[in-house]
Amino acid sequence: MARAVPWLSCAFLYLDLLIPTAELSVPIMKATALIAEDEALLAADLQAQLTRLWPGLRCVASVADGEAAVERALVLQPDVLFLDIRMPGMTGLEVAQALAEDWPDSAKPFPLLVFVTAYDQYALHAFEHAAVDYVLKPVQPDRLEKTCARLQAALRQRAQSQAAEPSLEAAIHTLRELLHADAARPPGAQAASPLRVIQASVGNTITMVPIADVLYFEAADKYVRLVIAEREHLIRISLRELQLQLDPECFWQIHRSTIVRCDAIASAIRDDAGKLTLTLRGHPDRLSVSRLYADRFRGL
Amino acid sequence: MQEPAAINLLDKFSAHRMPHSQDILKRLWLELRIFVPASMASALFYYLMYRDSFATNLIYSLCSTLFIQGLIEVGRYSLAYRMRKRSPDNLDAQRNWPGWGLMIPWIVVSGVLGYVAGRELGDLLTGVHRAPATITDNPRALLLSMTGVFVLSLGITYFFYSRGRMAAMETRAEAAMRSAAESQLKLLESQLEPHMLFNTLANLRVLIAQDPPRAQAMLDRLIAFLRATLDASRSGSGSHSLSAEFARIGDYLELMQTRMGTRLNRRLDLPDDLAGLPVPPLLLQPLVENAIKHGLEPTVAGGWIRVAAQREGSMLVLSVRDTGAGIGGAGLDVLPPGGSQFGIQQVRERLAALYGKAATLELIAASDGEGGTLAIVRLPVS
Repeated sequence: MARAVPWLSCAFLYLDLLIPTAELSVPIMKATALIAEDEALLAADLQAQLTRLWPGLRCVASVADGEAAVERALVLQPDVLFLDIRMPGMTGLEVAQALAEDWPDSAKPFPLLVFVTAYDQYALHAFEHAAVDYVLKPVQPDRLEKTCARLQAALRQRAQSQAAEPSLEAAIHTLRELLHADAARPPGAQAASPLRVIQASVGNTITMVPIADVLYFEAADKYVRLVIAEREHLIRISLRELQLQLDPECFWQIHRSTIVRCDAIASAIRDDAGKLTLTLRGHPDRLSVSRLYADRFRGL
Repeated sequence: MQEPAAINLLDKFSAHRMPHSQDILKRLWLELRIFVPASMASALFYYLMYRDSFATNLIYSLCSTLFIQGLIEVGRYSLAYRMRKRSPDNLDAQRNWPGWGLMIPWIVVSGVLGYVAGRELGDLLTGVHRAPATITDNPRALLLSMTGVFVLSLGITYFFYSRGRMAAMETRAEAAMRSAAESQLKLLESQLEPHMLFNTLANLRVLIAQDPPRAQAMLDRLIAFLRATLDASRSGSGSHSLSAEFARIGDYLELMQTRMGTRLNRRLDLPDDLAGLPVPPLLLQPLVENAIKHGLEPTVAGGWIRVAAQREGSMLVLSVRDTGAGIGGAGLDVLPPGGSQFGIQQVRERLAALYGKAATLELIAASDGEGGTLAIVRLPVS
């Protein structure tokens, strides 16, 4: 694969120079990994290849869908995450986003991410842009070996600096870049004209909700909760599909499951731990802003 | 015939561009190709009419044709140029044709002026000095001469008119061919979807070490699938038997089975008496692919897919049913992006091209408790 893509091999060469060879031959480094891959054969093979290349790497869990990946990673707090991009439930990118939002402050450092994909030119572009590691399926041993060397070097550096917080900060910065680059998908994804009225059905009645009345949207399982001043509706659409039809200037994403109309925000309050909470005009609900989107309120 | 088409294409895309010297040479060559035969024809005409020396007639004819053709062409280009300025979308103007309505009066003007100017030049060259009255003395001769002139002018104009039209037709045919080739390529790309291919190869790579006989069987399925896809994209209008169609769908589903494991349950129902019926090759493939890619693959639990054929009177009814993510509550307008519409549109187009209104494709949310999508193709049994 590296031979087929010249710039990729250049990137490896560059990284090889960064990692002194003496460091590669130090005693086996111990670390934990979680593999999220929906195809059983491929998950088993990746695990086997990793064990062969990096005997000190212990695979603490192998999961087959996005939700399980988030859940297990939060519990097991592995050092390294191998995330397939296309998984049932959530994509690998969404898993990374969810983890960055929910990762406890007191926990171990945020895991190092390696994305795994068979083919996804837009995601690859995003990885390149955000300098995130990835491997292509079918996984080539020499490529995986380089990834392992990179991961070991990063873990070693992390152990020396002994600071957990910067790794989360760095991960959040990287993910912001990634989300930003991933949002720049080809035309056709974004709706031509923003939605003006939302049709919410309750029983046999369809209520027309003007988009300007909406305070915020919140993802709830397969539905989206639509909250207006005096009541709320459930609409059957994913937040992601809905977002494509909203005017991004007017509706701000503040969490992976929350989009708020910016005119409806009354204030943004930062607590002692640095967590941001929004209050709304004419509504008692308080909305929390995730780390990934907190930079939006820095200037206020 | 190639060069005028190319010129026309260039004209179309950059009407206000300065022509390159090569273009100008090509255009002059075209002018020469009508100038020589037209001059010869008129020389012969006047030679037969007046019985003067052929050489003298040829000189006069060359001079007259030069002026007439020059005037016609200058008029044609400048009128078309002005039309293009006013309405850039005018297709005729784009190929330098201002229309017969403007050209007929201009031909008359060009004919008279060109004839008179040509005579003057001819007199100058031959050294003959005739009183201007000599022609007007004989109305019959004048009428005859003018008829010749107009036939000549019309002939020249018609030559350029038909050249332009032919070039435009060629451009259109070329564009149609190009768009057909493009849609064929897009179809092939959607069928040989790289994500599916590389994932299948990744599985194969694992199986080769773990379970060689199973790897071989999987490779055979992949070979059959690739061969069928390539064949179908080359001869899209042919047909194969329904049993062959089901066998190819079976190959694809077997490949997906290896990848998805227990998340995928599949059933193919083909009654024996329908097995021999002809169907367009891989007609159902996009529907099966959509059921997997947009239906079952995104769901954690997976589900089942059933492909069935049955006969209803003179109609063959083919159905693809999955219990996957479904097509959403808001109806078919919000099909997930990422090519599912293309597959459905492609099936619709093929049905329309082959059977007209007699065949239909229906895509509905399955109404029983298990959810998912149901696609039904109805086509006449020939």
